[in-house]
Amino acid sequence: MKIRVERDGLADAVAWVARSLPARPPVPVLGGILLEADSEQDVLTVSGFDYETSATVNVPATLSASGRTLVSGRLLADITKALPNKPVELAVEGSRVEIVCGTAKFSLPTMPVEDYPQLPNMPDKVGELPGELLGTAVAQVAVAAGKDDTLPMLTGVRVEIAGDKLTLVATDRFRLAMREITWTPAQEAEDTAVLVPARTLAESAKTLGASGATAELALASGDGLVGLSGAGRRSTARLLDAEFPKYRQLLPDDQTTTAIIEVSKLVDAIKRVSLVAERGTQVRLEFSEDGLNLTAGGEEEGSAEEAIAVEFEGEPVTIAFNPTYLLDGLSAVRTDRAHMAFTTANRPALLKPVDEDGQVAGDYLYLLMPVRLPG
Amino acid sequence: MPRGSSAYRATPDRPWPSDEGCPILHVDMDAFFASVSTRERPDLADKPVVVAGGGVRGVVSSANYIAREYGVRSAMPASRARTLCPHAVFLEPEFEQYAAVSRDVMALFREMTPLVEPVSLDEAFLDVSGALRRLRSTPAQLGERLRARVFAAHRVSCSVGVGPSKFIAKLSSGLAKPDGMVVVPRGEVLDFLHPLPVSALWGVGEVTERKLRSYGMETVGDIAEIPLARLRKLVGNAAAEHLHTLASGVDERRVTPHNEEKSLGAETTFEYDYEDPDVLRRELLRLSGRVAAGLRRKGLRARTISIKVRYSDFRTITRAYTMHAATDSSREVYRHAERLLSTAVAPGPIRLLGVRTEGLGETEHEPTQLEFAAETEDSWREAEVAADKANERFGGAMVRPASLLSGGARRGNNRHDS
Repeated sequence: MKIRVERDGLADAVAWVARSLPARPPVPVLGGILLEADSEQDVLTVSGFDYETSATVNVPATLSASGRTLVSGRLLADITKALPNKPVELAVEGSRVEIVCGTAKFSLPTMPVEDYPQLPNMPDKVGELPGELLGTAVAQVAVAAGKDDTLPMLTGVRVEIAGDKLTLVATDRFRLAMREITWTPAQEAEDTAVLVPARTLAESAKTLGASGATAELALASGDGLVGLSGAGRRSTARLLDAEFPKYRQLLPDDQTTTAIIEVSKLVDAIKRVSLVAERGTQVRLEFSEDGLNLTAGGEEEGSAEEAIAVEFEGEPVTIAFNPTYLLDGLSAVRTDRAHMAFTTANRPALLKPVDEDGQVAGDYLYLLMPVRLPG
Repeated sequence: MPRGSSAYRATPDRPWPSDEGCPILHVDMDAFFASVSTRERPDLADKPVVVAGGGVRGVVSSANYIAREYGVRSAMPASRARTLCPHAVFLEPEFEQYAAVSRDVMALFREMTPLVEPVSLDEAFLDVSGALRRLRSTPAQLGERLRARVFAAHRVSCSVGVGPSKFIAKLSSGLAKPDGMVVVPRGEVLDFLHPLPVSALWGVGEVTERKLRSYGMETVGDIAEIPLARLRKLVGNAAAEHLHTLASGVDERRVTPHNEEKSLGAETTFEYDYEDPDVLRRELLRLSGRVAAGLRRKGLRARTISIKVRYSDFRTITRAYTMHAATDSSREVYRHAERLLSTAVAPGPIRLLGVRTEGLGETEHEPTQLEFAAETEDSWREAEVAADKANERFGGAMVRPASLLSGGARRGNNRHDS
């Protein structure tokens, strides 16, 4: 293999693929990045795979000789990031790969490419949507996904496909986030629901969102595989084989108190008062005709209090939340104002975006369980 | 002891040495488990007695002073104790009894001063400085009174060390044993401390001791004399500062009272070493259930779950996980304990397995992050609470997970005091 490639394209591709590699690969080859040069296409294909997720990017390249090789992903990422902005020449010489860029020259050992597993094929496309929309929607939902892998069903984002409606849901059993979007389903696509690992989905969707390209979703439910592609990048992940909780019944159908708040004002106030919240566990919100009174702390650790004006309606209520969970929800609505709805201090609170015309948006919700106060 | 402890004791013709400025008492029960277990058995008063859990793998929990003369010690395998002292009387431990006596003894201490810091079931530090005027007494008088009260109430003896600091008080109670008291006057701390071997210093284990000895430092006095800069080179900065401070008789740790428990745990020493993950998981499930039931009984919730593993070669490791929200659920405790065992513990033959919960707070007085009541989740806690009630009524483990109903590892019940 012998090729010439632009430094920026190479560095971006390698960095993106390296992010999906396992931190501690169970066998060394799975920590490698596969470089393939195909003379018919004049591209360099950069791939990584650890049996759970795969990532592949094509980079335009000038080829002198085709071939494939496997090198340490972390090392290659560190090197390409540090190279000067000049054309890069990659050449395999025996069991080593030579990298020359300007005055810099590296020689790396290669790994046995014949031991590398076969990358999964991209499954069939089930639909597409603007990458930016996907990026936003996934970020709004993945924030509520669990990180505790002893509860695998909570570490995923449930993706429901029903015609031109795509619903994303995640919960860690303390909060639940749901986003509905309209997309363009593929003609032969059937309605279905799958559970996609939240971390992988969030990474891929973020890249696609930044690229501005169209994102394509692909599924092979039978093989337990999901794929996401766009902007010359393809990634696949194994679906989670676990039952997502029956969440529809959690969505409250009544409310006795509602308030519309300025998101940035509440965010700033929460950050301030929670400085004295013991172990960061709770802030108390007291809604009444007089507005919202925010308190935290107590006699021992010191206390804080802040009053904010809100549009209030209904019964006064005092309710406490983990400040981190509440801040997550407030930053996920992505609007200047948010609508909050409550019933009692021990029932979940519902957070929704309010658009510029003052309408409560129906396509996103963040449901948060409160902290029960003693006594 | 180079100088002997007699100088710090009272005799019929000499009163206690000066206890002015010595408000710290260290109280240590004498052979606590053995004493409690034999207090109603006058026939055992002059016999060697060893308290050890049952089974081939039993471990000595406690031994009375007659048994100790034969070399029997706490935490020693019971089989070794039998070899050393074949005619000793071996008793099964009665943990409920020990805990009850301990609770009451600590309560007696608290009648004297609120500043009581229990170290274990059979050991506590007291700061009596505030109590002196109120009780019109001196620390030594209080120490004597306390020893008399404990014996009157429970017919078990304790030893008391009186000194200006925790460190000195603890060393003194060791010298006072059994059934005695030692007072180290503030002005004589260095005379008392310097002839002691380096191992007397808190923080000096076998390794440090060997190192210090290899540089010719045998006594605490040797450490006090060596320039700090040299000591730093030998044992590192932090240890050097610590040892130098202690050796100069300075110990500013305060007596910090705490009534609440810091942690709650249970452990099992297997009769045979096990490597089979199924057996280990089953034992973990049993231990998790016991610990969580303990939490619920006391109205506590834990934030941190830890497991302890001792391999057949006695290598011992602990692994811990801190959760977002506190729990008292058996299932939750097991879930994290199991994950720690399967991901953070290297395989190998295991002789001891333990589960511990830390970061405890009272359920009623702690704010609780609520969870969604998903249909599969909410019934569990209720089921566990119902099981607790059944177990309370019928004693023993009437209700437990199905996987514990058959088989299970044979085990001894080996906790020990020290």
